Amino acid sequence: MEKQILKILERDARTTPEKIAVMLGVSEDTVVEAITDMEKRGVIRRYKTIIDWDKAGRERVFAFIDVRVTPTRGVGFDDVAQRIYKYPEVHSVYLVSGDYDLRVVIEGKTMREVAFFVAERLATLDGVLSTRTNFLLKKYKENQDIFEDPGEDQRLAVSP
Amino acid sequence: MKPISEVVLNTPASGIRRFFDIVSKMPDAITLGVGEPDFVTPWRVREACIYSLERGRTGYTSNYGLLELRAEIARYLRKQEGLEYNPENQILITVGVSEAMDLAMRALLNPGDEVIYTEPCYVSYRPCIAFAGGVPIAIPTTIETGFRVDPEKIRAAITDRTKAILISYPSNPTGAIATREMMQKVVEIATEHDLYIISDEIYDRLTYDGQHTCVPTLPGAYERTIFLNGFSKAYAMTGWRIGYAAGALDVIEAMMKIHQFTMLCAPIMGQMAALEAIKNGYDDSQEMIHQYNQRRRVIVKGLNDAGLSCPMPGGAFYAFPSIKVTGLTSDEFCEKLLYDEKVAVVPGSAFGECGEGYIRCSYATSIDRIEQALKRIGRFVGKLK
Repeated sequence: MEKQILKILERDARTTPEKIAVMLGVSEDTVVEAITDMEKRGVIRRYKTIIDWDKAGRERVFAFIDVRVTPTRGVGFDDVAQRIYKYPEVHSVYLVSGDYDLRVVIEGKTMREVAFFVAERLATLDGVLSTRTNFLLKKYKENQDIFEDPGEDQRLAVSP
Repeated sequence: MKPISEVVLNTPASGIRRFFDIVSKMPDAITLGVGEPDFVTPWRVREACIYSLERGRTGYTSNYGLLELRAEIARYLRKQEGLEYNPENQILITVGVSEAMDLAMRALLNPGDEVIYTEPCYVSYRPCIAFAGGVPIAIPTTIETGFRVDPEKIRAAITDRTKAILISYPSNPTGAIATREMMQKVVEIATEHDLYIISDEIYDRLTYDGQHTCVPTLPGAYERTIFLNGFSKAYAMTGWRIGYAAGALDVIEAMMKIHQFTMLCAPIMGQMAALEAIKNGYDDSQEMIHQYNQRRRVIVKGLNDAGLSCPMPGGAFYAFPSIKVTGLTSDEFCEKLLYDEKVAVVPGSAFGECGEGYIRCSYATSIDRIEQALKRIGRFVGKLK
């Protein structure tokens, strides 16, 4: 049941426990208890809103930076990853397989600002060997959300 | 001009048509009147069809349908139900279950043969039997038995002209599902009187409470059952029009003969899409089924809260509440609800006389829209009381 609750909340975090209880055919108390428990255990970390910033009229620039790193004995990539993710400009950091080691997502007001952050902060970090910057041009889909208005329901209004 | 065929003249047009005409002029109406999934066909299925078009798969297929698709269906039925059908000659791909139903009737019936079926039921059963020269014998089912048929009533309706029993669970419009004991009893009665069973199981995957009873798996049923199923509901593929029939060699051969001369084959595009659906679409369809199940609970609670009496349907995607408390007929209720609150539902009487006093509400629509519709229905019923 926990997984079902999570899926409902993942789709719409504002779904009330009362409604979830009806959807799953269990009592409201059971749902509240399960959610509280999952919050305590950190299964549910927090609730966020998905915003189309372009529509909100706020200019934001995203870039994916591939970073090649020398791993440090004992801590591997964790040390340098930590140094990177502490910057507020850094949106996300992933350790990945392939030609590069870390994939960093940077958020800034302008391309210039992002480029300078990479050149001055990222590239100069101890252990960083090289970087490759890819600017995000258009967001089509993110975390299962398609950034495009869904079309009209095209079915016949009444059918057998 | 001379008049057209009597049997066609005597068959009234579907009771759904009139509502369709009114709703289509109301762009802001919320509709719970739709008998098809609100999901679009899973992308992998659509993409597979596009790819097959690019490769030039645009010709006829075998009259039976693509052998590859029949083989996958046979494999699926073996795995899912333990059924053994030879894909070479025991499975026929049709243009939806609708065509399969028509073929089954025409393959089985001589003029005047009777077919016993239960009401309320899908709108095409009665006309299908009549168009094939048969005599439709309806057995009413009621809310008291959860719209399940009493096998003894079937027994009582048997005459020496009876040829077949047509049965469909999970049911459109009631959402009722069959119990194994009940269906076993029906099979026994059919065996006693040497009758065919035509089992329309198009909603089989959409069973939420317990296990679906697949009729041909029951002891004694396999030889006399024509099993009808398709892709429309489980894979959200209504417009592709792909169904199939499986059964005894001679019956499938007879159905194929009619299909061969009237349809030739089901469209290859739909067959290619169905092939992808049955091979790789299980997870997609499972996700849709989960969502229907959640909506089912929301709509049933909402209808009961609104003051209508609505049993919990075990399958399909319809709730079938009684509106008797309002004192209106189904037709009046639906028309007034549409004009007053702009919510479209279908009068139960469209599915047979005993559907009078009920309405069919489809929950194949988003939960937000269901909730809006429920609010309006609540207000509407409140005013009537």
